[in-house]
Amino acid sequence: MNYIHSVALIAVVALVTIALRFLPFAVFNGKRKTPEIVTYLGRVLPFAIMGMLVIYCYKGISFLSSPFGIPELIAGAGVVVLHLIKRNTLLSIVGGTVIYMLLIQLVFV
Amino acid sequence: MAGYLVLGFGFGIISEKSGYGILWALAMSVFIYAGSMQYVTVSLLTSGASLIASALTTLMVNARHLFYGITMIEPYKNMGAAKPYLIFGLTDETYSLVCTGEARDGIDFKRYSLLVTVFDHIYWIVGTLLGALVGSLISFNTAGVDFAMTALFITVFVEQWKSTKNHIPAIVGVLSSVICLLIFGADRFLIPTMILISLVLSLGRRFVERGERGGAAK
Repeated sequence: MNYIHSVALIAVVALVTIALRFLPFAVFNGKRKTPEIVTYLGRVLPFAIMGMLVIYCYKGISFLSSPFGIPELIAGAGVVVLHLIKRNTLLSIVGGTVIYMLLIQLVFV
Repeated sequence: MAGYLVLGFGFGIISEKSGYGILWALAMSVFIYAGSMQYVTVSLLTSGASLIASALTTLMVNARHLFYGITMIEPYKNMGAAKPYLIFGLTDETYSLVCTGEARDGIDFKRYSLLVTVFDHIYWIVGTLLGALVGSLISFNTAGVDFAMTALFITVFVEQWKSTKNHIPAIVGVLSSVICLLIFGADRFLIPTMILISLVLSLGRRFVERGERGGAAK
């Protein structure tokens, strides 16, 4: 582990995150009216971005070699079903994670 | 809110098991304070990613925060001294809670949003601390704990899907990501995906908004 590189990396991630959070308040400080296209994108982008992040989590899976992403797909489906039935965020996250851990540690070893 | 306790716990364990112990994990939870991005940060650290690559990845993964900010410009207008901290702490969870609070009448919004922001941050830090402690004291097979992040995103995706009748943006997001993943590969598909999503949603605005109105009429 390179100590200085690690500290710098964490600082970079923190600063970019902070910049992203402050930028809208700095640009649209309430004096000017926020452009319509920005409010439109602000309304629809969160839905699209969450879809992107789900795919991002599945990017490293090889569907051509064993176990063909089966544990990831089963656990993912488990999260969807759990959430549709109980609609409890905590339960969906813990439940899905436990299903996945059991699958890769006991079933698809 | 307790969701942050669990996600923080998972993060603490993963950080600890990746060789970044309790102080590292705590520093990240205090200063970065971005749930999913911290999971990604651990993989950046262990893979020895460059600072440029780390900055770009953060931009892509956290770009959605721009839109949280845009939503809160008006509500956070007169927050006084607390405003910088409220903006710093505008995470996914805090954003969703503050939005629901804003819609309710008869609550002291300033007090409410500050309490939500502070408590989310505390839950996140305490969760991290517990996770790192448990990770260092008890040895058990943690393989697969990182699925917590996938589960979080799927949960939010389902939650969002149920909150609206207009599914065009969500479908555009998934399809654009899959297309770019196939073309550009796993390591550099996020930036093209963001561009494609913004383009499709901007150019297809009339179509998307028809979906919104159609949805509202149902």
